[in-house]
Amino acid sequence: MAEIIQEEKAGGKKKAKKHAPHIDMTPMVDLMCLLITFFMLTSALNKPKIMEIVLPEKQTDPNAAPPKIAAARTLNVILGPDNKIYIYHGVVKEEDYSNLPPLEETDYSPTGIRKMLLERNRALFKKIDDVSNQVLTGKLVISQDSLQAVKRQMKKDDGTGPIVLIKAYKKANYGNVVDILDEMNICGVAHYMLVDITWYEEKMVETAAGIPSTAVVAKK
Amino acid sequence: MPKIKLPTKSPHIDMTPMVDLFSVVLMFLMLTATMSPNDPATVDTPNSISEKPTPNFNTMTLLLSKDDRVFINFDNGEDTTLKFRPKILAEMGKRYNVEFTETELKEFEKFPSSMGVPMSKMKDFLATKDTKARALLETGIPIDSTDNQLADWILFTRQVNPNVQACIKGDSKTSYPVVKKVLDIMQEKNVKQFNLITNLDAVKINLAEIQK
Repeated sequence: MAEIIQEEKAGGKKKAKKHAPHIDMTPMVDLMCLLITFFMLTSALNKPKIMEIVLPEKQTDPNAAPPKIAAARTLNVILGPDNKIYIYHGVVKEEDYSNLPPLEETDYSPTGIRKMLLERNRALFKKIDDVSNQVLTGKLVISQDSLQAVKRQMKKDDGTGPIVLIKAYKKANYGNVVDILDEMNICGVAHYMLVDITWYEEKMVETAAGIPSTAVVAKK
Repeated sequence: MPKIKLPTKSPHIDMTPMVDLFSVVLMFLMLTATMSPNDPATVDTPNSISEKPTPNFNTMTLLLSKDDRVFINFDNGEDTTLKFRPKILAEMGKRYNVEFTETELKEFEKFPSSMGVPMSKMKDFLATKDTKARALLETGIPIDSTDNQLADWILFTRQVNPNVQACIKGDSKTSYPVVKKVLDIMQEKNVKQFNLITNLDAVKINLAEIQK
């Protein structure tokens, strides 16, 4: 204290400073702006997600009989060119090769393939939805893991929903494949698999889409 | 007439709060930011409803670009003690009769992103420092049945690191035959479970919608 008083006396005419000295912060702000812009542009804020897929064992025996699937439950989904989906039900038998069933055309929109799948899969979807709702409203208290397990068990026990065979025509793209697999998840389809397209299905798509046929008839 | 005195100094604006705010934002961005990987080809991944985050380590990522080239990347996250990358390259070298020197293996270890170089050009690729010259060499990993290098990459990656998880990061415009070939190769090499990298696009549907 003593010192300060002394100073005041010695200072005489000097005005006491009221403000702290101003530092020019403009360059600092400039630099920070630049850094912020840099980090905002380079950083990936939302990490990409993953979708798990399990492929069946590679079939090594060419003479092995294909697995038996109930024809009434089979839904063939063919991913066509130009983001179109072609659908037919059931199985094409050998005697039908000259008279192939017509294809139903649809698309990846919510009113297209999703509506159709939900109609076919309503019973299972309702079951799954009920459980999810019970958990959401707090009627049923189980952990997230057991909820997943319950859903998986429901899918396993499902005996009425469609069995979807996903086939891709050669002009389809990767986005289509992911979209359709995603659609299976959304609709809670229990059984679906990615299978190779057959020559008659290629032919059916080509007829439906009006493109020149390149399908080669497989020899039996 | 009295003269009007013009202020000689520009008025000072107190920038302290602004600087404070900027610091906070900058700190936040610096701490949360994970650098987006510098892929050799821009890949626009499709969307899905899946909410599982991408694994950070023990991954083998196959990158499928729009122009149907295939790239591969082995990522072991923060863990650098195991040094998988040079081991895999050394194995590949043995298989394709290319001898890699210590420095070349080091260079491959440091290489930060996916690479799509056929083995015949690997030495040139590791020797060039120029990114543009490197990009020219990246013609994609051969996946033909006559020269199936991708299958060997997958095989050796799994030999060196048995815990590796396969991820596929494809552009939505990649044509299906390429995807099919890659999936077939995976299946042949007994990789049956793998992850497709997608962007999150949440969809909620309710029962009322279906009743219609």
